[in-house]
Amino acid sequence: MTAVVLPLPSRARLPGALHGMRCIFMRDLRGVLRRRTDAAAALVFFVIVVSLFPLGVGADPALLRTMAPGVVWVAALLASMLSLARLFADDHLDGTLEQLLLSATPLPLLVLAKMAAHWLTSGLLLALASPLLALQFDLSAAATAVLAASLLLGTPLLSLIGGIGAALTVGVRGAGVLLSLLVLPLVVPVLIFGAGAVSANEAGLGSGAHFSLLGAMLALALVLAPLAASAALRIALE
Amino acid sequence: MSTVLELNDLQCVRGSRVLFSGVSVTVNAGQMLRVQGENGSGKTSLLRMVCGLSTPDHGEVLWQGQRIARLREEFNLQLAYLGHAPALKDDLSALENLQASGGLAGLSCSEHEAASALAQVGLRERELLPARVLSQGQRKRVGIARLALSTAAALWVLDEPFNALDEAACTWLQGLIAAQLGRGGVVVLTSHQGRAWDATQPQVAITLQPPRAAADAQIARVASRG
Repeated sequence: MTAVVLPLPSRARLPGALHGMRCIFMRDLRGVLRRRTDAAAALVFFVIVVSLFPLGVGADPALLRTMAPGVVWVAALLASMLSLARLFADDHLDGTLEQLLLSATPLPLLVLAKMAAHWLTSGLLLALASPLLALQFDLSAAATAVLAASLLLGTPLLSLIGGIGAALTVGVRGAGVLLSLLVLPLVVPVLIFGAGAVSANEAGLGSGAHFSLLGAMLALALVLAPLAASAALRIALE
Repeated sequence: MSTVLELNDLQCVRGSRVLFSGVSVTVNAGQMLRVQGENGSGKTSLLRMVCGLSTPDHGEVLWQGQRIARLREEFNLQLAYLGHAPALKDDLSALENLQASGGLAGLSCSEHEAASALAQVGLRERELLPARVLSQGQRKRVGIARLALSTAAALWVLDEPFNALDEAACTWLQGLIAAQLGRGGVVVLTSHQGRAWDATQPQVAITLQPPRAAADAQIARVASRG
């Protein structure tokens, strides 16, 4: 037997891994823009859940100020769960997940691009909407800024960690519930440090340490989550 | 002729059933491997093993003498896979779908190139329609347009590529496959339909037996030409 090297595309024409990432990122982004109801549903859910608390617990400003970080963060967490279940499930159904696994771009990079697109169309919107919602809780301008910043730093973690859960539950019946059971315990530290940043700021302790920890978790998740999700996807498609 | 694709003693087990075992075949550059068999005999499973989506329960797949699991992206760069599903996003146009899948395959596919490939498969003036409004046959054609862009991929793995296609598209696809073989590429395909393949086309055919006859090795090599 003699091995033979078949003609390959010339290296000069190969666009590289970043091109594959850009393609999948833009594809997912276009998909969400054409089907805006999904992103809008998560945002509306977030607004409604957060708005229910002032109505339910009464108009005590001190109590609302204390509750605000936790309420906003828990609502953001639940809202981001709504779209996570479809992160890979849709690709699995229409056959594009197989194309991802057989791509010339390393799978973890494609998974990272999908997670980035998910964050841009869910977590980022929630973070941007949070200052408006903070008005209902009588939060100070400084606390509102810290809340928005904590969400900006923390919601990517929800997409990254949630992406692992979404990959693990691809093709599983009742994936939505299973996804929540898998992911919610894993994001407890994010919730603690995200909400804690606002509380610490309100107490005059400064939120630097909380942001540092969120940043460290984000750096770690940026590396590990795409790898873990890729491994889960390969197993799911076996 | 030089061997580029080798399947060595492949076995596939689903639950307690042996779908197939002892599948060994070598395919040379410029040859086609036709996988035949009844429904449920494991044709798709075999194709998924060939392209690395599934791991064989026994045996190995070699590409140019190396295990495909080790080559991974390097192998994927030389692979064009067309599965059962056309792999289209309903909300995107045929053109956008084709450009995205080209990007995934490592091709820098311009709008003009993608539109030209769609025109070749008879989708001129339909390239901007969302995939959801296309018929099954048209969706399949978008998938096949990927092959027109994948002329640099040395290995084409096609699962039932003729399903849902009309006669004209089938003939066009056959021509595309012949061109791929002419370039020295390899084509692995399954097909229920007993298409009349050009007898001069270099090919190896294997038939998988249904699992009920599973006691022994379940492979019958029926023909080899070229």
